Amino acid sequence: MLSIITEKTKKVLISSKFRNLIFILFIIFLSVGLFEALILSPQDYLQSDSVRIMYVHVPSAWISLGIFSMIAFLSLGVIIFKNKNFVLISKSLAPSGFIFNLIALVTGSIWGKPTWGTWWAWDPRITSMLVLFLFYFLYLLSWKLFEKNKAVKISSYISIIGVINVPIIKYSVDWWATLHQPSSINVLSESTIHSSMLIPLFLMTAAFALFSVLIFLMKYNVELIKVKNKGLNRI
Amino acid sequence: MNLDLFIMNGYGLYVWSAFAFTLFNFLILYKVTSKQLIKEEAKFAKKFESLNSDQVILAHKQSTNRTFVRTVAHKI
Repeated sequence: MLSIITEKTKKVLISSKFRNLIFILFIIFLSVGLFEALILSPQDYLQSDSVRIMYVHVPSAWISLGIFSMIAFLSLGVIIFKNKNFVLISKSLAPSGFIFNLIALVTGSIWGKPTWGTWWAWDPRITSMLVLFLFYFLYLLSWKLFEKNKAVKISSYISIIGVINVPIIKYSVDWWATLHQPSSINVLSESTIHSSMLIPLFLMTAAFALFSVLIFLMKYNVELIKVKNKGLNRI
Repeated sequence: MNLDLFIMNGYGLYVWSAFAFTLFNFLILYKVTSKQLIKEEAKFAKKFESLNSDQVILAHKQSTNRTFVRTVAHKI
């Protein structure tokens, strides 16, 4: 029986093959990105070498915002369509989003010390990022504290309420006087950042995005196995 | 050896600690998730192994991600 299963499974390792591909791509992008960020990219005329912190801080912030928006969007789908797969996807996305949010806060703090002379300031951008971190924390906590059906509802509402904070983070630099500079990279207009800095920034963003996909795939598999385990109990 | 890369005009400690913190968190998250995956796969494999041939056929017929059943089963 087992030998038949093994024969059948030789061609179906799609998910782990895909994971391995993502992992290899992540290592390649990370290696090139780190080389560009730490060695090839120029110093800033004002911030000198401390500007290099941007290459880990900015991609982490972007990805944590992107992941939370996705979770909120999927949670809306959970509430409207009762789609169980959306629950698994959003639950699998949360850990990497949480870690990227933490990295953005800590590296921002490290960058703040040489640039602004302080580790922390109650600046609108930093405070709103901290609020996002709390929403991530509550989202993950709800899965630990409540039984499944209740956790689905509570976590969905947490993410939907929390997503209101996403545009606040984005536009906080325009709406209020903050220590942060206005956006240097714009989709609709020309970016004010030089290509020698833009290239490592995009390489590091690609590497971080690949890492979040990798963690998502692993976590999603964990959730699926749990479902399958319950399925086997019913046989 | 070029120490400029480490000193970075006096900002080395900040820059390297920011990069180290990031990579350390990546490593921890990857390790924790891998461990969870291995644990769940082992649980599934143990249950799957205890099934008789009829139950295996039923397991393959379960709608949720059939590919997955086969993917994990090969590890038994």
